[in-house]
Amino acid sequence: MKFEALKPILACALLSSFLVACSSTPSPSTNNTDNGSSTLSTNGGVATGSVDDGSLSGSDIDTEGGIETVFYFDFDQSALKPESLAALRIHAQRLIANPVNVRLEGHADERGTREYNMALGERRGSSVSEFLVLQGVDASLLEVVSYGEERPASLDSTDSSWSLNRRVEIK
Amino acid sequence: MLLKMYKFIVLFLLLPLPALADLSIEITSGVDNPTSIAISPILMKGAPLAEDISAIVGADLDRSGLFAAMSRANMLSNPSTLSDVYYRDWRIVGMQYLVVGNVLRQSDGRLSATFSLVEVAGERVLFTHVVKGRDSELRDIAHYISDKVFYTITGIKGAFSTRLAYVTAINESGRQVYRLMVSDADGARERLMLKSKEPIMSPAWSPNGKELAYVSFETGRPAIFRQRLDNAKREQLTNFKGLNGAPAWSPDGKSLALVLSKDGNPEIYLYRFASKAFTRLTRHFSIDTEPNWMSDGKSLIFTSDRGGSPQIYKLDIISRKVERLTFSGSYNARPRLSADDRTLVMVHRSQGLFHIAAQDLVTGDLRVLTQTRLDESPTVAPNGAMLMYATKRGNKGVLAAVSIDAGSRFLLPSRRGDVREPAWSPF
Repeated sequence: MKFEALKPILACALLSSFLVACSSTPSPSTNNTDNGSSTLSTNGGVATGSVDDGSLSGSDIDTEGGIETVFYFDFDQSALKPESLAALRIHAQRLIANPVNVRLEGHADERGTREYNMALGERRGSSVSEFLVLQGVDASLLEVVSYGEERPASLDSTDSSWSLNRRVEIK
Repeated sequence: MLLKMYKFIVLFLLLPLPALADLSIEITSGVDNPTSIAISPILMKGAPLAEDISAIVGADLDRSGLFAAMSRANMLSNPSTLSDVYYRDWRIVGMQYLVVGNVLRQSDGRLSATFSLVEVAGERVLFTHVVKGRDSELRDIAHYISDKVFYTITGIKGAFSTRLAYVTAINESGRQVYRLMVSDADGARERLMLKSKEPIMSPAWSPNGKELAYVSFETGRPAIFRQRLDNAKREQLTNFKGLNGAPAWSPDGKSLALVLSKDGNPEIYLYRFASKAFTRLTRHFSIDTEPNWMSDGKSLIFTSDRGGSPQIYKLDIISRKVERLTFSGSYNARPRLSADDRTLVMVHRSQGLFHIAAQDLVTGDLRVLTQTRLDESPTVAPNGAMLMYATKRGNKGVLAAVSIDAGSRFLLPSRRGDVREPAWSPF
């Protein structure tokens, strides 16, 4: 998925660990403005942003522009975690500005049965889908595909591995 | 984003793959007083055959947990016909039964195996029987002998000539490669049905044992396929958005119960092969999945979390009446039934661990049959004597089996990769 230069959003992207700070992202109407460049730095758990003039250098970033694309869930739960919401709002903004088809791939950990976990993975994907639609994304852009426990991100049978596997990936 | 076209390969099946996952049997416990039986070497004119028939028969009977087959090294004599049998040779080593037999090549080139079952204490010949086959069918001949012996002594139809379908996942150059495999019930003669870089799951046998239905992600989303064993011909049956899963063949072979979420959440549907029509059977906002048929073809059992946690329910297909069957524990899922519909087997969570449990549907008694912690995918042998399931050994998925009375168990560890989702064929 390619995005036009969305500078305010890029700024958020670079600041992925502090996305909440950017949750009031500019409305789509600001997308094409081109007034100066942004630099950001992070240090010791705080992040600061500043704006200077004329040093903007554009370059392609990876397809998702550095934003979180994987969202995690609690055991046997399909409710979005609060920490997922800021990044999901950014995804919503991007999809409104630049409508492209997106797959929401839902996954479960290995505990429980495989087909039930397919259903659980789908519920997680649907949670993300519903959130994006509530933000104004066209539902027809979104397809939820559950992989259940069939494509684990981590292969170990441990709590930490399981927590990495209960996820939705935006693709 | 464009949906990627996933590459997949269908390999035409029934090519034996001796070096692939290679399941081998490891018996982990048997019943306290197994029946003692000796299988005298079954040879052709005194010479060994390409497959050791008597060793295969002995291993079959051992695996049932009900028998202990005598080691050949301890036999005092090796009769191949009834006239060579000296009962004393078997009585003094405590054998209850003896099998003797031999193989001849017929004028038409086929092999003919004659075998007898003898009761040692009564000095009684219980039967003499002949079975014929090609050179490539020596293992079939052996399993045939096992079935006949097992039935004569226990009264239970042997399931040694049946097969298993299962899925393997093997890491190849950093990527999981998925295979749908079919083997003999003893894990031998493994054959590849489908190989894909995308997941394969939920294999289910047709009632005549000639086809499998399964879920494959090769199109980029889960879809249900049916595939013939004899010529690998296959057909994609579903291509809906959302879940396309958990196929279960009806006892008459004319339809599949399956799960679709095209209407918003997982519901159970009936798909008729003749009309290609889908009929929705459940209507509930919860998860309804994992349907399996009662033997009369009039009811389904399935998993639903409509009561707040996953439990097993029964659905009458005509009246659509739903009845809850399980009440013990907070997680009961993926039901399967014994052939007589009396024993429900399922995945049951207790103290955070997932085990296989059996519930007697008449008395309601629930017994946990397994002791490992991530047990799933139970499948009952068509004779109801054993069930197979998937579990973990270390971080590796392996198949294991346990008798319905939990008295005997064995493992089928693979040398490479994960093995999962066993499905025991019909007779």
